[in-house]
Amino acid sequence: MQRIGVFVCHCGSNIAAAVDVKQVAETLKNEPNVVFAADYPYMCSENGQQLIRNAIKENQLTGVVVCSCSPRMHEATFRKTAEESGLNPYMVEIANIREQCSWIHKDRMTATAKAVVLGRAAIAKVRLNAPLTAGESPVVKRALVIGGGIAGIQTALDIAEAGYPVDIVEKKPTIGGKMAQLDKTFPTLDCAACILTPKMVEAAQHENITLYTYSEIEEVKGYVGNFRVKIRKKARYVHEDLCSGCGVCTQKCPSRKGGNEFNLSLDKRGAIYIPFAQAIPNVPVIDTEQCLKFKTGKCGLCQMNCAAKAIDFSQQDEIVEQEYGAIVAATGFNPISLDKFGEFGYQTYPDVVTSLEFERILNAAGPTKGHLERPSDGKPPKTLVFVQCVGSRDTSGRGKEYCSKICCMYTAKHAMLVREKYPDTEVYVFYIDVRTPGKNFDEFYRRAVEQYGVHYIKGMVGKVYDDGAGHLMVRASDLLANEQLTISADMVILAAATEPDKTARSLATMLTASMDTNDFFTEAHPKLRPVESPTAGVFLSGFCQGPKDIPETVSQAGAAAVKVIGLLSKNKLKSNPCVARSDSLVCSGCSNCEKVCPFGAITYTEAEVNDGTGKEIRRIAVVNEAVCHGCGACTVACPSGAMDLKGFSSNQIFAEVDAICR
Amino acid sequence: MIYDYYPGCTLKNQASALEKSAMTAAEALGVELRELPEWQCCGGVYPMASNENAHKLPSVRALQSAKDNGRDLLTVCSACYHVLKSVNYDMKNSDTVRNKVRSYAEIDYGGETRVLHFLEMLRDDIGFEALRKKVTNPLTGQRIAPYYGCLILRPSAIIGFDDAENPRIMEDYITSLGGEAVVYPFRNECCGGYMAAENQTLTEKKCRDIIGSAKAHGADCIITACPLCYYNLKKYSDIPVRYFTQILCEALGIGEDEA
Repeated sequence: MQRIGVFVCHCGSNIAAAVDVKQVAETLKNEPNVVFAADYPYMCSENGQQLIRNAIKENQLTGVVVCSCSPRMHEATFRKTAEESGLNPYMVEIANIREQCSWIHKDRMTATAKAVVLGRAAIAKVRLNAPLTAGESPVVKRALVIGGGIAGIQTALDIAEAGYPVDIVEKKPTIGGKMAQLDKTFPTLDCAACILTPKMVEAAQHENITLYTYSEIEEVKGYVGNFRVKIRKKARYVHEDLCSGCGVCTQKCPSRKGGNEFNLSLDKRGAIYIPFAQAIPNVPVIDTEQCLKFKTGKCGLCQMNCAAKAIDFSQQDEIVEQEYGAIVAATGFNPISLDKFGEFGYQTYPDVVTSLEFERILNAAGPTKGHLERPSDGKPPKTLVFVQCVGSRDTSGRGKEYCSKICCMYTAKHAMLVREKYPDTEVYVFYIDVRTPGKNFDEFYRRAVEQYGVHYIKGMVGKVYDDGAGHLMVRASDLLANEQLTISADMVILAAATEPDKTARSLATMLTASMDTNDFFTEAHPKLRPVESPTAGVFLSGFCQGPKDIPETVSQAGAAAVKVIGLLSKNKLKSNPCVARSDSLVCSGCSNCEKVCPFGAITYTEAEVNDGTGKEIRRIAVVNEAVCHGCGACTVACPSGAMDLKGFSSNQIFAEVDAICR
Repeated sequence: MIYDYYPGCTLKNQASALEKSAMTAAEALGVELRELPEWQCCGGVYPMASNENAHKLPSVRALQSAKDNGRDLLTVCSACYHVLKSVNYDMKNSDTVRNKVRSYAEIDYGGETRVLHFLEMLRDDIGFEALRKKVTNPLTGQRIAPYYGCLILRPSAIIGFDDAENPRIMEDYITSLGGEAVVYPFRNECCGGYMAAENQTLTEKKCRDIIGSAKAHGADCIITACPLCYYNLKKYSDIPVRYFTQILCEALGIGEDEA
């Protein structure tokens, strides 16, 4: 006979304002098996938990129902509370009367009635609960970081420093990511390369870090603590271990038509190339679409000139298999394509560029050696127009609804750098709002306006066109003056919206990590668990979780590393005991459950079964409890009712439904 | 090829040249345009108020007739095209509009009819390549500036005629007739439209900007598909403004006098 205690939380006024909590406690006290019921302003507080602990002891409770917030919020808290009083933690059930009741109902009568029904269902369930014991699984003490930009590098360095081995998998031929392409960084204007390249070198040289560049994730299997990952090392056609990085091959290559990705195709590179001077590893890669040897079978100049004999046209992709305890997604972002934004003339006029292209133009290692020259004729521009929110905060369906967050600051930076180096220029910035929250950010923007005389105009650009005489014209609205403006510009720079890297979606599928509608990875809790994915063992670092600047990315990268270190420091992980089990007496061995299991947790075995009519050898399903996630798909697929989920048995669920319908 | 044809009021009055040239060219191309019996005015302007449905009824009746005839509904006028296509979109996608119109007019119509512009018929059904082969009097040496205006392009998600910022159907059309298409940035700007009735200064500025932009890019004539654009541009233009169908007649060797 169960002895159940019911604890109704006010959650301050969150629940109590809409639900008569005292009445809920009093009503539920009359439910069968309930021997204790109480309400309290904050059940999760130390005093509230003490109330539960005392009640368990004084009333010899065998089951606990807490009517409070979502179990995602405090189920773990109250399970621990019960455990401290000697109760099995799985004898606790939560009735969610906040998110699913008080927050959505205005009428006190109906909200109270609903809270009672939800409490009743939880009581009906807990009456059928049985104590469960969590199993244990070992932890592989190695982490995988996917993405080698500043987010991935920082996460890997922090994990490596704590003494755990880390692998970085980067799909490009070099680590460094977007930050390597930047010229200066706001708000301090220090050079991006000067602060990034030492970290790149440190990552490459760290004894605990292994770099897989020009590599992609092929397959992810397993679960927290025990992931098994296949990494595809794409053929570079250059042996990393032999190459000395002298670069002679890149100079001898006669093919010069490939767009230089690092400079966003503002200039050309050879078919065999090192992305940029500080690339890590400093090993070239062959672009087979440009290489004459691959296209025509003739050439091979690079191979002839390679003293180290590192070039191998027959190199094949290689699959590396590795086990990891934790995985960090750090897949970063890209500017969106501006194909749908014809009004800005990006496709039509060479002197209309994106901000990232402008970043390369300003950079001393860029296509113009850092001289401000416009792409069409190489002349220094005198009038520059910056347009913010090109595709950001866009509700027309062509761009992104969110704020890309970094554009206001980098545009202020660009405007300031131009005015600083070229005081004879006129610089205009068109904006919807200037958003500069952040340490020393607004001061930075004000410097652009007050000290550098940048013309900030509130309003959007409607059209960029040529007047037929070779001048670029920008037509825009000035919302404060309530008039239309036309500016003759030499260059137009578009702050294109940002979006998660395209590979993030397929990676999320492999990781079974959830994403939002914009393809940003979803965090386990937007405020309290911002660097964890809801999928256990998967962590998030940098822009792949949402727009971030460099300081924020580095902070989050460190936070993700701490979570990984915490996980890897454990020798064993408690597994979820709410897993499937098969009743061998009922199982017919039909294989339906095996087919629907997404984790490959079900196998079959020949076993001796005695169902009372005599012994026989039968094929029956067996669940591997370490692999089972407790999703319940098999229990639905099972035609004979042999499959059931511990803690969520069919009996329990039917009892809940009965209690609701009573 | 047979289409149900919706002429619209303007083509029967002010813009008779547009209808005449369209019909002549269609005949030469072996296309039969069957004018819907008892068609009613499309209203000229698509009602923007979300609860204004009475003005949509004439369009729905035309769309329904075409559905009953089992034919596509073709129009030549930009404004009629805009209204028919917008109403058709509502009937297909808005339960509210569909239910209201159905119960008011006792019409069982759900946006099934394909509405197409004469230019789309040329591009999608005949094909510009096939059209090129029928040209007997190519417009060689003529630098023609296509003027789109707003109604035929926007809102692009509903009208779906072409890319509203960088359209190319008229350019391709001119090229297939042997002419030289002048690409100029103001081809998709507004001419001022009905503002001509109350603010002539504004329409004059808009039109002069468009004409200026076309000329600056080397145009010697402008073509349009919209009677209102034609009316506004013609008033201020010092280069010829023609309906797009008139150059088709010329290229097909029918002669503009006949059209």
